[in-house]
Amino acid sequence: MNMPWLPHHPDLTKQINEIKKAAPQEVWAGLTAIAQYDLGFLETIQVDKVLKEKFGDTPPPALSTPTVSLAILSSSTTGQLLPGIRVGALRHGIWVSTYMTDYGQTLQELMDPASSLHRFKPTVVLIAFDALSYFGTQSLGRTADSANRKLGNALEQVQNLWRLSREKFGCRIIQQTPLPLYQPLMGQNEHRLPDSPAHLVRVFNERIRDLADGQKVDLLDIQSWAARDGMKEWHDPVLWHTAKQEVSPKASPFYGELIGRLLAAQQGRSYKCLVMDLDNTLWAGVIGDDGLEGIKLGQGSAIGEAFVAFQRFVRDLGSRGIILAVCSKNDEKNALEPFEKHPEMILKRSDIACFVANWNDKASNLKLIAKQLNIGLDSLVFVDDNPFERNQVRSECPQVAVPELPEDPSLYPECIASTGYFESIALTQDDLARSEQYQKNQDRAKAQEAFGDITEYLKSLDMELVWGPFDPLSLPRVTQLINKTNQFNLTTRRYSEEDTGRFAADPRTITLRFRLTDRFGDNGIIGVIIAVQGDPGNWEIDTWLMSCRVLGRGVEQAMLDLLIQESSSRGGQKLLGRYIPTEKNGMVRDHYPGLGFSALKSSPEGESSWVLSFEKKKRFDYPIKTRKGI
Amino acid sequence: MERSEIYQRLTKIIIQVLGDDQIVLTPTTTAEDVSGWDSFNHINIIVGTEAEFGIKFNASELEQLKNVGDFASLVEKRLGKKN
Repeated sequence: MNMPWLPHHPDLTKQINEIKKAAPQEVWAGLTAIAQYDLGFLETIQVDKVLKEKFGDTPPPALSTPTVSLAILSSSTTGQLLPGIRVGALRHGIWVSTYMTDYGQTLQELMDPASSLHRFKPTVVLIAFDALSYFGTQSLGRTADSANRKLGNALEQVQNLWRLSREKFGCRIIQQTPLPLYQPLMGQNEHRLPDSPAHLVRVFNERIRDLADGQKVDLLDIQSWAARDGMKEWHDPVLWHTAKQEVSPKASPFYGELIGRLLAAQQGRSYKCLVMDLDNTLWAGVIGDDGLEGIKLGQGSAIGEAFVAFQRFVRDLGSRGIILAVCSKNDEKNALEPFEKHPEMILKRSDIACFVANWNDKASNLKLIAKQLNIGLDSLVFVDDNPFERNQVRSECPQVAVPELPEDPSLYPECIASTGYFESIALTQDDLARSEQYQKNQDRAKAQEAFGDITEYLKSLDMELVWGPFDPLSLPRVTQLINKTNQFNLTTRRYSEEDTGRFAADPRTITLRFRLTDRFGDNGIIGVIIAVQGDPGNWEIDTWLMSCRVLGRGVEQAMLDLLIQESSSRGGQKLLGRYIPTEKNGMVRDHYPGLGFSALKSSPEGESSWVLSFEKKKRFDYPIKTRKGI
Repeated sequence: MERSEIYQRLTKIIIQVLGDDQIVLTPTTTAEDVSGWDSFNHINIIVGTEAEFGIKFNASELEQLKNVGDFASLVEKRLGKKN
């Protein structure tokens, strides 16, 4: 089982040996780059060996992503899977240290505060029991009662592990769906046999979904992948009996990739935008040469239908919150023609948040698209049938994800889905409204052009900032913003939903979330502030972040006024602010002086702290009304 | 496939798994003779060999392996059945 969307490396062993000799600070970046290739079982072991050799148990310094301590609670042998997990996380820029509970000791280790599991202090627990540990090896019962009892016990057992893990470690929980290890005894209508273990595993995997949703547990759904790839790819009965391997070591590179993408999604770092080429990517043929009648799309031809199916898949991605953009070498007039006139086009011009068709190189155009959408290059996935363009983008913009595409467009949707670039663990209302928001941003830009004067224009927007403390309704979106905002983020502190919930409940903390509406629509929650009480009268701003979509509208000033209002109502006289530089947040270096804070001190690394006494604060004039609400 | 080529590729796999490029294999080499060739790495070597040659061993064959010579013969036998 390989990862066909990742390119092949011509000589991995050579490059791995070069990285072994590289300077320490280059090793992590070098290994991350290698992990972007399709690594087989042996290559994964090789890369993992270099990780261990170079870093041991200590994560590389100055990582921009939170490190993960992953404890695997399992009844089968998982040691062989660890290199795959560490390399899978590496592909997503994440340092993972791993821990396996001793065979049969899971509960004891969970309960005993002196156990090595407790010393390990997991931030994520993976529950990876196999089907036999849930449903045992007993002979078949005869009644539906015994089936229900077994199912109830298994689900209870799992929830108990969730509860204990959360109680002991306050960690995130990932539940692995067990592979269908039992063979059917009746066949296709297995469900008519009460107590059939094969049937019980299936029902277990269905029920676990609702339970996981209710308890904010994320699924590692290898059972669905095994259904797609075939059990032979995932499970080896010989190794099951030789060494109790539920997941075959051969599957470990992809198994680890699934965990890596899940960890990245938990940190809010999935890709946000799909950028598409046009000719031979969205239709067959070249619109500039073949013309509207010459390109193949729909019309009952197999290839035309395949492109229609791909467009439907893309449209649905758009509806669930992925931003869609076009990057094509074409005259704009030609490129737009199918969108406006072809009867079988599924994608409409209005589905595309940013449409770039010209004769510049694609890497430059991708930079332009990222800029116009106000997102990072590392949020873009670029899909192009042309290997030359793919390679040009890979070498000029290594942050952009560029999947290899199969030759046959019938396989495009499956390919893009397998990449996991858009892996998400939660859907917020904002996700569902996103594509519309980006479209409206373009309307705003056009309206601004009509006005010329920015102040007049901003007044005409009728902006309202709706604010309040973190509440159950806003926690998911607030947490998402905390974990994925890189640019307008003063301290880049990442918090889990458990953490943000704790802040909300703490009387010595002010939590604020801000939603911006204007005459074009609702931008959703776009800003977050967390301030913690320090010395009497002092409130320290732990977190201040904002979505770049609403930059340059005076929102920051309104946020500051509301923070002052909230902190002075609790006896505050001063605000303390801190700027911690990262690779990405240079845009807010002068955030605090810009708002009238005075400098306290700064370090050679660029970190600075600031203070604002309320009596010295100047009055702001911004065209935004504010209102407390949800 | 020539016997010598099988040895060459097996050596490469074992070097990849154990991370020691000084390893030299002869037909009488056993796991005990090679530092790091424990039961954990043995599974990696088996799985890596299956992946590298595109073959599949069965449980009883694996239990009977005594030395690298046996291992090479087994690979040869499986490759023969494959063709």
